[in-house]
This record gives sequence, structure tokens and C-alpha cells, in this order.
Amino acid sequence: MSSGAAPAGPLARRLVDEPLVLAYFIAALIYFAIALLAGLLMALQLVQANPLAGLELFSPGRWRMVHTNGAAYGFIANAFLGALHWAVPRLMLRPVLSRNLSWFIFVAWQGVVVATVIGILAGQAQGVEWGETPTWIDPLALAGLALVAINFIPPIVSKAGALYVSAWYFLAAFVWTFLTYAMGNFLPQYFIPGTGGGAIAGLFIHDLVGLFVTPLGWGLMYYFVPIILRRPMWSHALSLVGFWGLAFFYPLTGIHHFLYTPIPMFLQYGAVVSTIAVEFVVLTVIINFLGTVWDRPWIAWQSLPLRWFFTGIINYGVTCAQCALQTTLTFQQLIHFSDWVVGHAHLVMLGVFGFWLLGIMTYLIPRLVRRDWYSRQLNEWHYGLSVAGMTLMFFDLLFAGIAQGISWGSLQIWEDSLAISLPFWWVRVLAGLLIIAGQICFFVNVYLTLRSRTAQTEELVAQA
Amino acid sequence: MFESRTGILLIAGLGFFALAFLSNGLVPILMYRDMPEQTAEEVVNRNLLIQFDDLRSRYPEGFAKLVRRLGHDPEAAPTPETDRKLAAETLRYARALYIGEGCWHCHSQFVRPVSNESRRWGPVAKSREYQNELQRPVLFGTRRVGPDLSREGGRRSNDWHAVHFFKPTSLVEESVMPEYPWFFDGDPNHPNERGIALITYMQWLGSWLPHYFNNYVDPRLAEAQP
Repeated sequence: MSSGAAPAGPLARRLVDEPLVLAYFIAALIYFAIALLAGLLMALQLVQANPLAGLELFSPGRWRMVHTNGAAYGFIANAFLGALHWAVPRLMLRPVLSRNLSWFIFVAWQGVVVATVIGILAGQAQGVEWGETPTWIDPLALAGLALVAINFIPPIVSKAGALYVSAWYFLAAFVWTFLTYAMGNFLPQYFIPGTGGGAIAGLFIHDLVGLFVTPLGWGLMYYFVPIILRRPMWSHALSLVGFWGLAFFYPLTGIHHFLYTPIPMFLQYGAVVSTIAVEFVVLTVIINFLGTVWDRPWIAWQSLPLRWFFTGIINYGVTCAQCALQTTLTFQQLIHFSDWVVGHAHLVMLGVFGFWLLGIMTYLIPRLVRRDWYSRQLNEWHYGLSVAGMTLMFFDLLFAGIAQGISWGSLQIWEDSLAISLPFWWVRVLAGLLIIAGQICFFVNVYLTLRSRTAQTEELVAQA
Repeated sequence: MFESRTGILLIAGLGFFALAFLSNGLVPILMYRDMPEQTAEEVVNRNLLIQFDDLRSRYPEGFAKLVRRLGHDPEAAPTPETDRKLAAETLRYARALYIGEGCWHCHSQFVRPVSNESRRWGPVAKSREYQNELQRPVLFGTRRVGPDLSREGGRRSNDWHAVHFFKPTSLVEESVMPEYPWFFDGDPNHPNERGIALITYMQWLGSWLPHYFNNYVDPRLAEAQP
């Protein structure tokens, strides 16, 4: 990244389809809002305060799946695609394969996500965790992922010379995402029953995080952090270790989701060892990013996008340290099946990747609409409330999980585990409301910023 | 190699993924190749048929609806063969409902060999129990808000399940399970085709175990005894 600051010159504008980036971000935020409301509904159900109880279309069981799938395929996937449409052409100095294909993918992907939500609400969910997309949509989603790869890979492979770190992650991620989706949605559904299918479902759950979300996330961090800092990454060698370590160890970890199932123990041991290895790899990546700002750490706080990024990076360190512990068979006895894991999942999906993508939006939206944020104060509230809510939820669910595990292991009657969970679940509702309040600040700010653009554009049109 | 396009696409993208799939995915498939997948018909057993018969006599209207939903004539006189077939079709239908309602996100279906689980739930899970079409995709689950269900069958009566599905808190005050009035025609005495199917599925879980019907001791009762 010798160029440092990305010029918003004519070349960059020709390369990037800016309305498409904005369209992806807006779609992502709409699904994010739906996923947040779905989460709130489930949280209220857990404290016996569901205002929509007894209504089939608002069944918390179905909305739980809308919550996870909406977050993964609606919010995170859309936001990633938007960010990639900005980062890849600028990094490679080449446009994507076809602008028409880009828009076709955009429309098709929204169709896939909307059909997924409607299918799940109609009770057609598939029995694959994080892949509840009804079976008839799976081939369409897979074709969409293939088109994404076809659209983004040409600008990366056609450029002569060395490839920057981000491009390694992107290139691998396009291959992995397609393979992961194909493996997880078809093999356990049509071909492999029982325990063998469970092993593959475990690979799917983890590869979705490890081989789709993680490489795209880190690839974008390797792009945006040096750009905003106007300085290169601290160590290229650590970048290499991080990428190849992730590529080797991450795919081997999936079975850790099903420890103590009938899956053969030697495979479970292998998954545990690989998972601990991943944590060491991740540590090298985190050190690399912290090293980049080590001499001037306050910069990471002063710039709001960087603050989001480094908050996410620290959260990533926390989740990985947590993961190295919870994956061990000793910890599993206590915390498996409990809210501990739910807290872990929220910290990864929202506290890391969600925060990074919100930081990217905070950085890019003013550049896309060529106007400053309507209110910087609302963005500060967005950050503050999100971090407060996320931190509260994480620690709340962590302790809830320990309490639940102790209750179960000591053979208390089942209802005891519900009684001790209730205060934790109320705190979780509060934490969720804080997160939602933060996002409302952001949504309002985005709306007002967009609206002011329209007014400005109309003025310009009137002047012309 | 480490920074080249072919290295990344072929070694990291395809190679490492394939390595993981072969070692973690294909190995268990090969290990279970002598344990063929059973059909739903093959896993219907006597314990389940007794419950199925009880559901028919207890809820005749709902049962007739279920038979019609599965494309058969509710007026036809049942024989052991038609009952077995009907029960298998009911299990398939119920499994789709169970997944569609997201039941398995709060109820696991496997008993671990640790944390006193075999004392609470029953025998530890074995691979053979999962080699059937009703476990494709397998419903191990990853969370227990409510109890594990893999040994649920026979623990509670059919009418208990009906009332519980209708309004869980009427039986378990602390329960956070949602209500499912759409499994019923108005009141808990009239489960519809969905209600009957799901109760059948509940009674199937664990019905292959030898000690069905007495595999559960309520800890509250156990404590009350000297």
C-alpha cells in the first residue's frame, strides 16, 4: 500500500460503481434492522414477556432463524459485497468483470435473502444450523456465490506483479465460500445421515465463519486500516503467517461444535488441537495490527472508522482467547449447550465483523454521497451504545452459561436452570435494547445524510 | 508460491479445503459405511405404535385430519401394515414441522458421556441411533434452553404433551417455551394434524431403547421418597 491515501480522482470513480456500493449498504442495514428486531423478540420470549405470543407468523422459533440468517446473509453478506465493490477495484486498479453482472447479482442476492426470510416464516426451514435457507433456494444461492467469484476473481488474477495481502484473503474466500456452501447445504441434506452428516454440518458452521466471514473481514481490514492510517502494515512476514496459518488450520476445526457426540473421538481431538492452533495464528494477525499503530495508538481512537476497526480487533482477540479455552473437552463439560456459546457467537458476528462493517460504512458513506455525515454526534452515540450493549451482553451471557452449566451438571431439576437464567436474560434484553438504540442513531444519521444529499443534488440540477 | 495467485487458489483455496474435508468429513462417512441408513418405516417400533393407537382413540378428529393430510382415507379400517406405514409418514411430516418451528435450536438430541448427563437423560448417544432418514440432516443441536429430547419418548403421556404444546406455562410455571396454538383446533383437547404429528415424534424419540415407558424418574418425586 505505497499509495497511502486513496485519491477520489476520476480513475477511482470510473473503477468503482459507487451507487452499487451504497445500494448494498442500505440493503445490509435494512436486514440488520430486521435481524435486531428478531433477536429482541426471542429475548423477550426468554423472559416470558413476548407481546406476540400465540401468533404463528411471529413464532419465536422461526424468528430465531430469521435472526441468524438475516444477520449472516442479509446484513453481513450484503455489507461485505458493498465493501468489496469498493476495495477490490481500487486495490487492483481494475474494475470487476461486468457492471451489469454486479447489478444482476445485487438483485438476485436480495431475492435469495427475501425468499429465505419468507420461507423460514412459512415454516420451510432446512435442518442445517446457519443454513436454514429452504432447500429449494439452496441451488440459487450457490449459483449467486459462483457469480460473485466470477465477477471478482478476474480483476485480481489479471493484474501483473505481486499481490497485496487483502487480495490473498479475497481470492481464497471466493473459492472457500462456494465450496463451504455446497458442502454444508447438500451433503447432510441428501446424502449423509446421522453422525457422518453431523461432522459435515460442524465443518459447515465453522467454515461459514472461518472461510467466508473471517477472510473477507481481515482482507478488508488489511485494506482499510493502512489506507486510513496512511502507513503500511507493521510486518509483511506476520501477514504471511496469518494468512497461511488460517488457511491450513481453520478448515480443520469444525467438529469442535459437536464434541462428546458419537463422532469418533480422534476426530474430536484433532478439531480441538486445530482450534487452539488457530488462536495462535490469530494472535500473530492481531499483533500485526496493533504493531501498526503502536507508536501512535491515539490515532486508532481519534478516527471513528479506525476506532470501530480496532475495537473489533480487540474483540477478536477476546473471542479467540475464549475459544481456545471453551474448545477444550474440560470446558465443554461445563459450558456446552449453554448461553456461554451464544455470547461467544454474538461477540464474533456483531462485536467483530459487524463492528468492522459498521466502521467501513462510517468511513465510506460520506465518500459515496460526497457530503459529510449529517451529525458526528449521532455516530459517536452509535459507537458508544453499540460497544456498551455488546460488552454487557457478552459478559452477561458468559456468566449465565457458567451458571446454567453448573446447574445442569449438579442434577438440579431442569426448571432451576431457567430460574437462575431469568435475571441474566433480563440483562440480555437491556443489552439488546442498548445495541438497538445505537443502531437507531446510525439509521437516522444515514437517512438524514442521504436526504440532505437529495436536497443538494436538486439544487445543483436547478442551477444547471 | 506463498504470494502467488496459483498458490493461493490451488493450495489454500482448494488444497487445504480438500484436506480438511477428506480428514474430517470423509473419514466418518467411511467409518459408518457398514451401518446403512434406515428408512422411517424401519424405525417405527412397537412402543411407538402403542402411542400412535392411543392418539387415535384419544383425539379421533385430529387423527382423521392427519390421515387425510398424508393422503389416505381416514374411514379405512387400520391394519398393522397400514399403521406402520402411516406412523412412518407421520414421522417424516413431523420432522419437517419440528425443523420448521426451530424446535431443535432449543432442544438438543444427544446425551453426552460427561456432566452426569446419563443420569439425567438416559443412555449416552450412540452412532447407530442416528443412522436413519429422520436424522438426515442430523438434529444433534447445539443449545439447550429446554431439555434434551433424544430420550423424551414415553416419559410423559400424550395428553400431557397436548396441553404443554398449547400453553407450556400451564404445566411448567418457569417454562420459556413458546405457545403453539396453531397445532390445535381451538383448545388443548383438540390437537390438529400438526399437533398429533409432533406428539407422535416426541413419543418416537428414544422409543428404540429397551426401557421405554420407565426411563425417567422425576427428581422431585425422587427427593420426596425416603
